[in-house]
Amino acid sequence: MTSAPALTAERATVPPPKHHTSTARRRQNRAAYLFILPFFVVFIAMLVVPLAYSGYLSLFESRLIGGQVFAGLANYARALTDPAFLGSLGRAGLFFVIQVPIMLGLSLLFALALDSNRARGSKAIRLLIFMPYAVPAVVATLMWGYLYGPDFGPIAQVVRALGGATPEFLTRESILGAMMNIVTWEFVGYNMIIMYAALRSIPAELYEAAEIDGAGQFRVAWSVKIPSIRPAILLTVIFSIIGTFQLFAEPSLLNTIAGDAVSNSILPNYYAYNVAFLNQELNYAAALAFLLGIVIAVTSYVVQLSTERRERKERADS
Amino acid sequence: MTSIDARAAVPVEEVAAPGRRPRAYDPQRRRSVLLTVLLWICVLYFVLPLWWLVVSTTKDNSGLFSTFGLWFGGNFALIENLQTLFTLRDGIFLRWIANTILYSVVSALGATVLSAMAGYAFAKYDFPGRKALFSITLGAIMIPLTALALPTYLLFASAGLTDTPWAIIIPSLVNPFGVYLMRVYATDAVPDSIIEAARVDGAGENRIFWGVGMRLLGPGLVTVFLFSLVGTWNNYFLPLIMLNTSDLYPLTVGLAQIQSAATAGGGSQALFSTVITGSFVSIIPLIVAFLFLQRYWQSGLATGSVKG
Repeated sequence: MTSAPALTAERATVPPPKHHTSTARRRQNRAAYLFILPFFVVFIAMLVVPLAYSGYLSLFESRLIGGQVFAGLANYARALTDPAFLGSLGRAGLFFVIQVPIMLGLSLLFALALDSNRARGSKAIRLLIFMPYAVPAVVATLMWGYLYGPDFGPIAQVVRALGGATPEFLTRESILGAMMNIVTWEFVGYNMIIMYAALRSIPAELYEAAEIDGAGQFRVAWSVKIPSIRPAILLTVIFSIIGTFQLFAEPSLLNTIAGDAVSNSILPNYYAYNVAFLNQELNYAAALAFLLGIVIAVTSYVVQLSTERRERKERADS
Repeated sequence: MTSIDARAAVPVEEVAAPGRRPRAYDPQRRRSVLLTVLLWICVLYFVLPLWWLVVSTTKDNSGLFSTFGLWFGGNFALIENLQTLFTLRDGIFLRWIANTILYSVVSALGATVLSAMAGYAFAKYDFPGRKALFSITLGAIMIPLTALALPTYLLFASAGLTDTPWAIIIPSLVNPFGVYLMRVYATDAVPDSIIEAARVDGAGENRIFWGVGMRLLGPGLVTVFLFSLVGTWNNYFLPLIMLNTSDLYPLTVGLAQIQSAATAGGGSQALFSTVITGSFVSIIPLIVAFLFLQRYWQSGLATGSVKG
């Protein structure tokens, strides 16, 4: 799909020393190819071939009489007018607009707070916030499913003890919010670690000067720290886009917990799965998966472009 | 989320802070009580659900419904719950644990070696096509697993490989983000001077990589290994599609199966405490691994995000 400028900013390798004869050079090239060979064999077999096959499948239609028939872009045309698919994309979009900013905002706040080194037990805090990342999405969803539950969920227990009515978290209206909370819980820590790591590597001179000049912590965070870790933040945004459009375990498990609240097309990846394995419409599912890939690539690309443009503008302004 | 685990990564402390000298004025006066309290309150959000899980594994079903979720109460049924869990369907849970360990360790080892070789080559050799191939690798980070899962399933089915461990292990060997991380890591961790010196001594490229390079790549290797391990351990989508036989399930699919049985069964309420105990048991190994290896993965992640 697209290449990621965020990731490509790489340093050039040192050019090989001139005194090497060309045979030595050839031997080195051969060694390099042999080193990358195993990876690319699996890469081609497990990424390129399936991707091409998926594209191929998406151009066919399976009929009761006649079997597989070439259908051109009919599957894509159908997808673009399929309310279930468009609805699922819309909900994923909501996720991206609401949940991702909340999650990454929290990650950034925690990373900055920990980096300021002003809290006691920073190390323990960092580790405890990260811990949910080690919990499989399946377990996280089951666990939250129980926590939300009206019977023995502790949230309901507390609300009832305070005299309130049992809250309903797993209804059709609230299920998306319930899912957003689960995903936030799972990934705040992971993103925090990436940002924190980037913060730790800012040379101290960069803001010690500002601090000595009397700039407050917030000022330093806003105008020195956050701008210097922009690449790391962009990385977390891109990963979140990819993650959001691919959510699967959460809707799938919530479906077993609260079947009425989770429709088959609540989120795009789950919908593609249901189309493929429940409805057995493999060709249509291939088209959906392909479109989903395009949506992810385009969204990531737009996010990168807009960050770059802002950077260029800021550079021009200064 | 699902696996193309881009969300995998690199080592924070050691590598992370080149040129950051210890803060000269970093004494106790900078501690803030308010910030400490606020942060610890936030920590509750991340910890309480896990605390609930721990507490709930000690309860039987009636205890789950009749006592307060966040504190112990009722019969102390931890031993019973573990017994029920491990004797369920002739001890199938143990089988699932073994499967999960097999799938994730083998594919993490494989992914780490493949990423290290490719990352090292990208970092240390200037061969024709290097740039293009690396861009392709990076671009692949964005290919959603969804677009691949279905055709991969069909391809494996025609090769007769579905419903075998290979159907989980082989797709998990590809970790483009691991290649990226190893490349970033190798650029600094393996100095060109050492490679040159080894060449002058007459060592072949292979010897240099396996003997010298791999040793210097240590923390990077641990990071890629750990995050690949988590990717496969936590994967649900791929095994759900690929496997039909309960005996081959990993923990994630197995737990989901008991959960469906618990909700569908209606009468078989006893399964709730089994699901909860099973969930608890299945997260212990990873949490322990992250705790023991924290120095490595934290510094590894740093490398990736800084140079990113």
